[in-house]
Formats: sequence, C-alpha cells, structure tokens
Amino acid sequence: MILNYSQPLEFTNLITWLDTALRSSMSEFWVLLIEFVLVAVGLLAAYSVIAMILIYAERKITAFFQARFGPNRVGKYGIWQSVADVIKILLKEIIHINRSDRFLFFAAPFFMIIASMLTFGAIPFGKFLHAVDFNIGVLYVTAVSSLGIIGVLLAGWSSNNKYSMIGAMRSGAQFVSYELSAGFALMTIVVLAGTMQFSEMIEGQRYCWNLFNGHISSMIAFVIYLISGHAETNRGPFDLPEAESELTAGYHTEYSGMQFGFFYLAEYLNMFIIASIATTVFLGGWMPIQIHGLETFNQIMWYIPSYVWFFAKTGVLIFLSLWVRWSFPRLRIDQLLNLEWKYLLPINLVNIVVMVIIVLTGLTLTDLFPGLF
Amino acid sequence: MENIKKVILSAVKEAVIEDKKILTVTVEPDKLHLLAKTLRDNAELQFDYLVKLIGMDWGEKLGVIYLLSTSKDLSKEIVLKTGTADRENPLLYSVTDLYETAHYNEREVYALLGIRFINNPDMRRFFLNSDWVGFPLRKDYDANPELNPVSVESVEMVDTAPRIMETADGLVEETVNIFEDDDYIINIGPQHPSTHGVMHFRTALDGEIVKKIDVHSGYIHRGIEKLSENLTYPQILHFTDRLDYLSANINRHALCMCVEKAIEIEVPERAQYIRTIMDELNRIDSHLLAWSAMTNDLGATTAFIYGMREREIILDIFDKTCGGRLIINQNVIGGVMFDIYADFQKDVKSFIPYMRTKLIEYDRFFSHNVIALGRMVGIGNMTKEEAITYAVTGPAGRASGWSCDIRKHQPYSLYNKVEFKEVIRTEGDSYARYLNRLDEIEESLHIIEQLIDNIPAGEIITKPKAIIRIPEGEYFQRIEAAKGEFGVYIDSRGDKTPYRMKFRSPSMALVSVMPLICQGEKISDLIGIGGSMDYVIPDIDR
Repeated sequence: MILNYSQPLEFTNLITWLDTALRSSMSEFWVLLIEFVLVAVGLLAAYSVIAMILIYAERKITAFFQARFGPNRVGKYGIWQSVADVIKILLKEIIHINRSDRFLFFAAPFFMIIASMLTFGAIPFGKFLHAVDFNIGVLYVTAVSSLGIIGVLLAGWSSNNKYSMIGAMRSGAQFVSYELSAGFALMTIVVLAGTMQFSEMIEGQRYCWNLFNGHISSMIAFVIYLISGHAETNRGPFDLPEAESELTAGYHTEYSGMQFGFFYLAEYLNMFIIASIATTVFLGGWMPIQIHGLETFNQIMWYIPSYVWFFAKTGVLIFLSLWVRWSFPRLRIDQLLNLEWKYLLPINLVNIVVMVIIVLTGLTLTDLFPGLF
Repeated sequence: MENIKKVILSAVKEAVIEDKKILTVTVEPDKLHLLAKTLRDNAELQFDYLVKLIGMDWGEKLGVIYLLSTSKDLSKEIVLKTGTADRENPLLYSVTDLYETAHYNEREVYALLGIRFINNPDMRRFFLNSDWVGFPLRKDYDANPELNPVSVESVEMVDTAPRIMETADGLVEETVNIFEDDDYIINIGPQHPSTHGVMHFRTALDGEIVKKIDVHSGYIHRGIEKLSENLTYPQILHFTDRLDYLSANINRHALCMCVEKAIEIEVPERAQYIRTIMDELNRIDSHLLAWSAMTNDLGATTAFIYGMREREIILDIFDKTCGGRLIINQNVIGGVMFDIYADFQKDVKSFIPYMRTKLIEYDRFFSHNVIALGRMVGIGNMTKEEAITYAVTGPAGRASGWSCDIRKHQPYSLYNKVEFKEVIRTEGDSYARYLNRLDEIEESLHIIEQLIDNIPAGEIITKPKAIIRIPEGEYFQRIEAAKGEFGVYIDSRGDKTPYRMKFRSPSMALVSVMPLICQGEKISDLIGIGGSMDYVIPDIDR
C-alpha cells in the first residue's frame, strides 16, 4: 500500500484505473479488444516518438562531437527538427524506378519495420509497462529481430542496382554472423539467470545486476553483446551495407520518400532495441538501484518511476553506441568477418562454458555474498 | 652533360642537338624510342622520369616534346622532340613500355591533336568522346559548335579499345576488349561521393575484389590549354587557379615564375616572402583537406570535420589577405596583387602552435586507431620503381621512397634560404602516404615560422609592361604543388598570347597508377587508396 502512494508517477495506477473502469461497463470481449487496440496504438506512437527523439539526439550529440551546432533553426535548440523532417519525408514523392522487381521492392521496407516493431513489443519499458511477457522472451527477441535481414536482402535484390546488391550481400553476411554472437551472449546470461522471461530476469536482478553477478563471464558477454548488437544495427564502424563512401547508400540507394523513411526509422529503432535488451538483460532493466538492508534508500529509489530508470540506462548505452559510431573508421568486409568468426565466436563459446562452471560451482556474487547482493 | 651528347650521338647519329637552357634533341619518329631507351638505361645519368609529354602542332609538322629528368636528381633535364609532317594520319612511336606515365599522356595527345602512337596498348581518346569531330589543339581546328552538338542521349559504354601494334608483318590495327565477357562491372563515378570529383572508374569485380580498373576521364574537360592560346598571360593566370583548386596559389605561382623568367623581371624580396608563406599555407590547406577526405573515405566522419575546422582558419587568413578563400587571386606577374594586412603575422603566428596541437590530436584520434591501421597499413603498395615510371610525385611519390621534392632539387623563391626536411618514407602503402601528409604539414609550419618574422619592407610588385610579350622560345617551369610536381610549358612566338601552353598535372599521374595498385585489393580499399593518393579531377581534365 505504501508503495502505491510512493509511486505516483508509475503507469500502473493509470492502467489499473482504466481496466476497472472498462470492466465495470462492458463484457470481457470488448474490454480485451479495446485494450489490445490501445496497447497497439500506444506502442506505435511510442515507436515513432522514440525514433524522432533518437534522431534528434543523435544529430545534436554528433554535432557536439564534431564541434558543430547541429539543428538549431526549427524551435529552440532545433527541437522540432525531427518533426519537420517526418512531415517532409511523408510528403515526399516516392520515385518509381524502372526495371526493378516491383512487388519485392515495395515489400522490403515493411519487412524491416515489422521486424523491429515485433521486437519492440516484447521490451519491458517499466513496471507493468510490458505488452507481452513471454516466458521465452529472450528467444522471441532474437528470433524476430533477425527477420529484418530479409528486408535488407530483398531491397538489395529488387533494386536492380549493383551498389545495392553488394550492400545487401555484405549485410547478409554480417547479419548472420553477428546474430550468432549476440544470441550466444544472451544465452550466457540465460544460464546465469535461469530464465528466459524478461520479467523474471529483472526481478532476479533486484539487488545485483547480471553484469556483476556473473563477474568475468558476464562482463565478457556484455562487451560482446554490445559489439555484435552494434554490428546488427548496421551502424559505424560496421556500416558496410550502407558504406556511403563506397556504395553511395548501399541497399537503400534506390529508395525515396517514406520507403526510405522506413529503413531510416528501423535503423534508429534497432539501435534502441539493442540498447534496451542490453539494459534488461545486463543492467537490471527498469528496476531501480536497490541495496540489501538499506530500506529507506530503496524506498527513495522507488520514487523515481521505473520507466525513467529504464530510459536512463538505455540512454547511456545509446550514447556509448553513438560515441563509437562517430569515432571509428569503417571496417572492411573481411576484417569484419574475421572479428566475428575468429575472435568473438570462439571467445563466446568458451565464455558460455565458463558461465556454466561459475553457476554450477556457486561462484556468482549472489552465492558468494548472500547477505550483500 | 657533355657525356650525354656523346651517348646520344652514338645511339642516333642523325640527332640534332641544340644547346639551349635545357639540352634539346630532335630526332626522326622512328629513332625516338631508341633514343629514349638509351637515355633511360644510360648508366651514368638515368633519364628514367618522364616529366612532361607535350603534343605540339608546329604548323607544318605535328609532334611531341618529351621533358625527361633523372629520378635521382630532378634538376637534370633533357628535352626530346620528334614530329611528322603527315597531318592526315600522323603516327609516332609510343614510349609507354619505357615510361608508364606516357600511356595516358599519349591518349591525351591523340584526343587533342590526333596523333596516334604505335604500340600504345590502348589507343582510345582520353578526354574526348570517340566521336568528337576535329582535334582541338591543332591550329586548323574548327570550333563551330554545330560540329559537336551537346547530346542529351544516353550512350552505352563501349569497352573496346583500338590500337596499332608493330609486328613482323608491319603495322596491324586491331581492337581489344578491356574486360572479359563475364566480368561484373560497376561504375565508380562519375557521380560518386568518394571519387573526389567527376572521375569515372569502370571497375571489374570478383566478389569484393577489384580485378581491373578502366579510367574514364574528361567529364569536366574545359580545354584550358586551348583557351589559353587566345588569351594574354595575365588572363591565363586565372585558369591556373582552376586546375588543382586546392593548390590554387601554388599553380599560379608557377605560371607567374615562368613568365617572369621569360620577360626577365626581378620579383621584389617582399613579394617572394609573401608568395612562399602563402604557398606553404596553401599546402597545409590542401594536405588538411586530403587528410580529412581520406578519413571520410575510410568512414570516420568526425575526423573529416576536424580537418575542415583547422582549414577554416587558413581560409580566413586568405580571405583577409586578398578576399579569396579557395581561389586566391594573389600572385600576379611581377609580384603579388595585395600586400599582407596588418595582423597577418599575428594571425599566422597564432595558427602555427594551434596547428601543432591539432596535429597531436589527429595523431591520437586517428593515426593509431586499430581499425584505421587495418585499413591503411600494407594496402595499395607502390614501389619506388613504379612511382618513377608512373611519374607519381608529391607526398605519394615520397611515400615510396623517391626523393622528388622540387623545392629541394630545383629551389625556387625562398626555398634555398629556409631549412626544412623532405619527408620520405619507404613503405609505399596508404599509411605512408597518410603520414607523409601530416609530416609535411609540420614541415610547412616550420618553413612559415622561419619567414614570418623576417618579411622585408619594400615593394610588392615590379610592374611589367602593360602588354606582356614573351620573347620567342620555349620555357619550362617546374614547381612543387601540394599533390606533386606541377609544371608549365610555354611556347611563345613573341606574341602577347602563347603559341602553345601546357600544364603538367600531378593528379593525372596519381590516377594513372590507381589501376595498378588497386588490383587485387577490396573495393573498400579502392576508395581508401583513392583517398590516400589525393587527386583532384579538374587538375586532370584541364
């Protein structure tokens, strides 16, 4: 009861109120239907708003990295720049190109956007702010996020453009490779947490984040996940599929208007998704920082709404990703595959075994210092 | 040089040797190859560096002038001349097998003068389309625009090349395919973000690996050499800025020096100081842009902007000095147009330490980055021999271990008064070229440092006559531009306009070696190597 009063900003209150209000006047079927629609609309809205915020943040942060101002014309500090860009891109003509495979050409951006949207639905944004809480959440996320590559390959193939084709082929090789590493890194943590369900994972990290709980092994998995996740989003230094200085724009060279916008949105959302999964799996998700025995402190931490925690942690990871993106030059395709197959994957495989040993022999921090963590 | 005469006469008895400022040898076409070979293989002084290959229309005769030099000492020069009176089907012998750089130059001569070269492996026109009517540099060229209308039709690329080969049965005209039938060819350019202009590489790929590159050039060919023939010397000055626009001041300096020497006027000391300082600032500016563009080619956008940030300061100094930023109309015949402004010395002196700290920043930020090293070390290897035969000068030539700095070999302006190091590396890869540029920025700063406090008072210009007429004769001038050796050749008949004007473009040599050093590298590295060579297209498409 105290918790309820102490968390005035949590969405729980609103959701519970809405649910009871609906149930009091309608049958079960209609209640569910309305709620489904509301959730879908909410997610879609969040999807585009987050993308716009990310685009603005990236432009602004990059500008500071590069000793520039960034957008500063539309609104104060240019905060409406993304909105203006969205309106512009919606109004832009979609250029039809000759001699392309029409159907696949139009279908490709949807594969991209649907894959990232499906993943988006499974992310726990805050306490009870979770569209679906699968008991195989980790597996689901890895599975659907890899659908996006179909869009990239189709785009490259159907454009009938040699640059696009090379970009798509590179992307295929890259995605398949790094998906493997990302998956294994998550599996390492599944071994530690003993569950694939995100909500249970977060609950298990109440006093000790997985990142610290599995110490050496977790840290390695975390770094690998960040690298391979970053590679999966096709952003520098792994942006070979686009590689604007080599392939003009890679697989989406021929796209224009909102079709290009879909690729663009998906790229930013994928960055967000990777960061949020890393947050959930390694950094305790939306769970505020809690310390054994310090009840007052814990209470105070709960005053900060859970979604703020989530977005703060995710934001830090996104900042890290931007930092890398704008500092490093691009890898070459053979170097990229070398990094994955010769370094990350073997390390990863050994790392899983190490993690299994750590868990079985009780060397995790929670096992070693039960009172502390 | 007396020994050289003996060597020449022992090889070709009929050779006509003239003792001008530069030893000039005239031979018949069929003896030229033999003479060039003798000179190239001459043990005492190897004339293994073809500086300029100049196509000429002497009126009754069409021909070629070769300016040769030795790679060990660039101040040793010799001029070979040959020509044919056949204006219908002029044929000369190619020296491509002796000097690789002759290949593109001979193709250029074919496009502009219609002289075909026997044994050149690929005798397509270089700058012009194969269906161009007339040969622009011939004196009887009809410039009527109706003969060559502007076409908006899309034309398919033809990947075959005509050539004339000498066989035992005489001359054989044949057509060869440039690519194999099943090659996967992509067009890098003419509209491409990383060709640094409208360069067009037709590239055959094997997966990601470059099999062969075919260079197409001339998309912005403006016929500057032809235009010059109808303009006075002060008017021509403006074209030099538009060749390699990144070393605009240096190019202009070259033409000014050439004319000044020809009309024998002395440039005031103060103007010399200003010229040298501006040249070095221009060199830093060009190298900064080269560095930035290369990092951008490798995918590091932030580094690109850092380079631009420092370049901006130099451009501001140019702006305040003479109002121009990229095209600086500072040099004129006899001196400089504008005197330096009051705070010039202060601005330049504050720039020097600032640039040094930034060089350290570049070093920390990019030069030792593990990905950057992977993209540069051991990529695009060019040996010293290749650099010499392709006439690759400048930072790229020096990265292959070839000491080719004209400022050292033939000091002009104040370069014999200042102390500086010629930056030479022997690795010959992209990384050596990259580091060479950064080190040359440091050397340029050092040169400016020695001059900036000692600018003497006095005149800034020795006014030449209102109408400049150059006495009859041939004048060569070589100068070290930012990208390599830039050269001017003037053939004057005593008029106020030149009879023939030729510019040696350093970028043409840089591009001509691209097909060689990119072969077998990845397509990403093709872009990276292009960045490390740092060519500027308007310099090639003169």
